[in-house]
Order: sequence, then structure tokens, then C-alpha cells
Amino acid sequence: MNTQSALSQETQWMIAVRDNRDKAAFGALFDHYAARLKGFVMRSGVSSGQAEEIVQDVMLTVWRKADQFDPNRAQVSAWVYQVTRNRMIDMIRKERRPIPEELTQEPDPEPDASQSLALEQEATKLREAIQRLKPDQREIIERVYLGELTHQEISNQTGLPLGTIKSRVRLGLERLRHELKGMRS
Amino acid sequence: MTAITHHLPDHLLASYAAGTLPQPFALVVASHVSLCDDCRASLEAHNAAGGVVLETTLEERLSKDLKASILAQLDDDFVREPVYEREGALPGPVMEALEGQPPKWKSLGLGVKQCIISAGENGSVRLLHIPPGQAMPDHSHGGLELTLVLQGSFSDEGGRFGVGDVEVANEDVEHTPIADAGDPCICLAATDAPLKFNSLMPRLLQPIFKI
Ligand SMILES: [Zn+2]
Repeated sequence: MNTQSALSQETQWMIAVRDNRDKAAFGALFDHYAARLKGFVMRSGVSSGQAEEIVQDVMLTVWRKADQFDPNRAQVSAWVYQVTRNRMIDMIRKERRPIPEELTQEPDPEPDASQSLALEQEATKLREAIQRLKPDQREIIERVYLGELTHQEISNQTGLPLGTIKSRVRLGLERLRHELKGMRS
Repeated sequence: MTAITHHLPDHLLASYAAGTLPQPFALVVASHVSLCDDCRASLEAHNAAGGVVLETTLEERLSKDLKASILAQLDDDFVREPVYEREGALPGPVMEALEGQPPKWKSLGLGVKQCIISAGENGSVRLLHIPPGQAMPDHSHGGLELTLVLQGSFSDEGGRFGVGDVEVANEDVEHTPIADAGDPCICLAATDAPLKFNSLMPRLLQPIFKI
């Protein structure tokens, strides 16, 4: 079975960008993400002009750092989210966010899409779980990840289903952890 | 290296992922994640949740020429940011904060040394070097504090903390960490309370004499 073609369009575009420097695939990623990214960035209160500067910076980072994208570890949206946060902290707060060490990993000569597929399925379940939340809980989750709550405010939220959300994604990530252990030994 | 048993609480990982964690704490989170696959997996989970929120954000109309302008820059040269590798006990994010230089230790007396990495209104973060049997300078003066062990170990009322373990304390916690026998204990310690003991010698030495 060809599992590669079962992956989401975004993942396939991102792999084409990473492996073939495919500009058409990059254009498709732009069409999918740029307007959402601008909306996301503007939620933090910056002007339309500065938001577009950040969108441009994020999209160029996606192109330039595509080699760091690993569909076995992160979905495209999760990876773009992380890149966006880094660029926003650099550009709005004029700080550099401390970033964990990259995992050093040999390129897999025979990539196996089943792990990526499993991760995508978990992410779909996560999205459904967030959509099923009561409106007030869902709003809090959105505010957490939009960066509208401090760590103190997040820890003060009672009944916040952070644990539930985490355990959903962790099902898929359990496999990742075993892989990581293998890589380190 | 023994297994890590003291991890980061979830709200700090979520706040780091969301970009709201003040930089001193973010340095501790990035350093712990560099050492801990468990918390790395949790952080990826928070990024996945962030990705879901990003995907469902309302779109904003883009300027007409934005796409063309970005596509035109794809072949431009760019400078890759330097990547700082782990050096001995110091993980990559700490080496980056030190700009690749070895820490400049300042003596606090009795073999205890510190190297302030940053201190400002967002709080402070520093490296501490504690010889075996010595107490860590008293740092429970209010606020949140995170202490990540990078070498050796210490023990206090909260248990034993070895390499990779992180102790989370707040003002309610009265604790006196003491470095265990063996290698000197090197910690990365962040707090949002003001640093109190690099100006006044008596106050500075008092906690050390408590042991
Ligand atoms: Zn951990």
C-alpha cells in the first residue's frame, strides 16, 4: 500500500519543498497558511503591515529550514505554529526564544510513511476533541495557544482539559519516544 | 546518567509553546527538553494543539503582492543562524545564551560560584556551581523558581535531584538544597523574583552559613 499518498496535502507539499525544493508546492503551502497566519498574528495586537512582515518571515523560514521538518515528529501545522512563535518573539519582543537542541538524525534511506500517518491520525483526533469541547473550554484552549494567557493564568485555570489534550497526542507520541530512545542509545 | 524523575509541569510547557513564558524560564524549559525525551514529546503535543488553533483561526485578507514578493525571495542568499552544541554539562540553549563562551564564574564564597546569564524585569537566570556538601544560595524570596540540574545532584525537602531533573518551587516552599557528595553540582536556576545576593555580602553569606 502506498502510505505516502494517504498523507495530508499539506504534508505532501512540505515534503516536496524539503526534498525537491518544489516552488509550486511552496506556493500551495502559502495559499493554505498565509491568510490564517496573518489572522493568527493579528490576534496579538500587531498592525496589518507588521503582521504581513511576520507572515513573510515565517514563510521564508518554512522554505529555508524545510530540512528540519520531520513528518514523523510533527504535523505541518504544529511545525508552522512553532516557527511562527519563534519569529513573533524575535520580531515583536525583540528577544531570542531559547530553542531546545535539535535531535540529530540520519536521513532515513527508506522513509516509512506509516509513522507520519499515525501522527496525522492522532492530530485529527486532537482537532475533533478540541471541537467537541464546551464553548467556554474551547475558548480557553484557544486563548492558551494564541498566547493570551500567562503561565500563571494557565496554571490557575481549573478544569482546563490540557491533560486530556496532551494524552490524545501522546498516544501517537509514545511511538516517537521509543524511536528517540533508540536514536540516543 | 540516571533516569530523569522530576519533570516540567504541563502549564509551563504549554506556556513555552505559546510563547508567553518569560525568557529566563524559557531557557530552563528549552534546556530540560534538550535532555528529556518525555517533555520533548509533551512539547510536541502542545505544538500540535497550537497547530489546531492556527488552522482554525479566522483568515485575514493579504496584500495582493505579498505572495509574489515572497516567491521572488526564495533564491536569495541567507545566513544560517549558528547552532550551539552541547559543551560538557551545558546544553545547547545555555551555550547559545552564553554566545558559545565558557561561563564567567563569580565566587560567592565557600566554593559556591555563579554566572548570571541574564537579569532584568522579566526575572533572572544563572548558573550555580555548588561544591559537595554546600547549600545552594537561598533563593526562595517570592515568585516562581525553576532549578535544573546539569551536573552532580542536590537534595532537599523535595527529594533528590540528579542530572536533568528540574525542581519547581514557589514562595510557599521553604527548602534548602544541598549538593550531594561526588561532582560539584551545576544548576541552571531561573526566578522571577529580583536577585538579592550579588550586592550585600552579609545577606549573601547568611544562607550558606545555615548548613
Ligand atoms: Zn522532562
